[in-house]
Amino acid sequence: MEDRVFYGHVGIGKKVSGVALVAKDNFSARYDLDREKGLFSRSSHRLHGESYVGKIVILETAKGGVATAWMLAEMKSRGMAPAGLVLNLSNPVIAQGAAFAELSFIDRFAVDITSVVRSGELVTLNPQSGCLVVHAERTWTESSAGM
Amino acid sequence: MKLTDFESAMLAGEFGEPRRQAMQQLVSVGSFFDAGDMVEVSQAHIMGDTESLGESGVRYLEALAAYPEEQRRVAVPTLTDPRGVDQAKYRGLKQRSSSAFLELRAVSALRSLGILMTDTCINYQTFQAPIPGQHVAFGDTGVVIYTNSICAARSNFEGGPAALAAALTGRTPRYGYHLDGNRRGTCLFELDFEPADFAEWGALGALIGSQAGSYWAVPVVQLKATPSSDDLKHFGAAMASYGSVALFHLPGITPEAPDVASVFDGPPPGTHLLRRDAIETYYRSFERHEDRVDVVVFAAPQLSLLEIQQLAELLEGRRVHEHTALVVATNPEVKAAADRLGITGIIEEAGGMLLSGVCFYQMYARELGQANGWVRLLTNSAKLCNIITGYGYRPAIAPMEVCVDAAIRGRM
Repeated sequence: MEDRVFYGHVGIGKKVSGVALVAKDNFSARYDLDREKGLFSRSSHRLHGESYVGKIVILETAKGGVATAWMLAEMKSRGMAPAGLVLNLSNPVIAQGAAFAELSFIDRFAVDITSVVRSGELVTLNPQSGCLVVHAERTWTESSAGM
Repeated sequence: MKLTDFESAMLAGEFGEPRRQAMQQLVSVGSFFDAGDMVEVSQAHIMGDTESLGESGVRYLEALAAYPEEQRRVAVPTLTDPRGVDQAKYRGLKQRSSSAFLELRAVSALRSLGILMTDTCINYQTFQAPIPGQHVAFGDTGVVIYTNSICAARSNFEGGPAALAAALTGRTPRYGYHLDGNRRGTCLFELDFEPADFAEWGALGALIGSQAGSYWAVPVVQLKATPSSDDLKHFGAAMASYGSVALFHLPGITPEAPDVASVFDGPPPGTHLLRRDAIETYYRSFERHEDRVDVVVFAAPQLSLLEIQQLAELLEGRRVHEHTALVVATNPEVKAAADRLGITGIIEEAGGMLLSGVCFYQMYARELGQANGWVRLLTNSAKLCNIITGYGYRPAIAPMEVCVDAAIRGRM
């Protein structure tokens, strides 16, 4: 098995690695999260009950609401944020929030990114190159993150 | 991005650290969306309730407020979205005093930046609606979709930090709905019915928003009815909430859509026909609280004076059930008018609570529900139904009359 590499648009933030948390569903920090507990709390969300803290969260697109722009920084200040965020298609609010929070973020891939990465896989997100690497290895090392 | 000399000077810090940070954020977002340059904005509107800001966000605002006045004051008239606490009513709602204190700190910091604390998501119904073609930087998705669609002004969704950056610099990146090409229709809807009330207008917006599915979709909707400002407020707010949609056109009604053909590049796409049974299916996707309703909420968006008058007429001479709370949210200007006109008294005599400068879902809704034992929520707002489940509520939607009857009986 080799690493799988996917390119999106150049993103925001620094290179980061972590465990992927993936669903074909959308994202809003206000609508979907219990930010105190670090869980997806919306009962109809496909990640309901899952912890997002420290994960690379990979979803479809942004929901309505502008609160996410402040909330990403607030979550990060308490160590209760995802390590990075990946969407098929962003709206302005997620990009603004990522810029303010300095949270790693990419969107606009050539493929449906939620269908080619599985929850639990180790991934590296490099916003400067717009690149997402899905590692073949189950344990991340410096050498496996080369892009 | 191409910057003017003035913008470059702001980015270099020549006009102080707050404007440097603001320009840096705007450039980052503009680069993400491939904006070629900045556009001057004439107004900003900032979402900054403390549930969203948190301690870290309030400290950020306080740090900005500590800069010299010439560095920290906003460059264009700037309004605020609803707050998290009505300082006159929070104790009765069992909200935490720590939340009220955090709100006071945020308000103090925002005021020192020269921001007008309007605390409203219906600025277009209360203060000054923008004019066609005017570039603005508005937060609150309901405000933006109304501004783009009904007023034909131009704004993207501006989250709090971005709206504040626009306020400090008088600029926002030129992308999205500031560009002509992105304001063209992308999908076409037709109805076989006329929405009967605000709940149905919201439900219709929810259905269209869900089908449109992204910020970059521009639904074109052929109506049989002639809607009111409040109808379109609920319609747009729900569409923005469910679909992240920021612009729609109503041929023959909204300024940029004299007819269907003129809003599409090329022939119009196939029509999505929406029938009344789709509204009924949407209603049935929520429970019916036939055993008990804990709280009936009129908010999201804040109510106009005309909505509050209609609500007071339904409540006059009646009494809300002892096991049920009735909560109404509006802005300070409408609240003052309702006080002066005797409308507030009618609502309060019936056992309802008219809150000022807040909106229900922005009021630490999880803690509010837990403190008051509120789970079964009834509202005529589709937007609120969409938001509030993540906070642990079980919402239901019904017309205003049904909501009021349920508040009186304590159940649907």
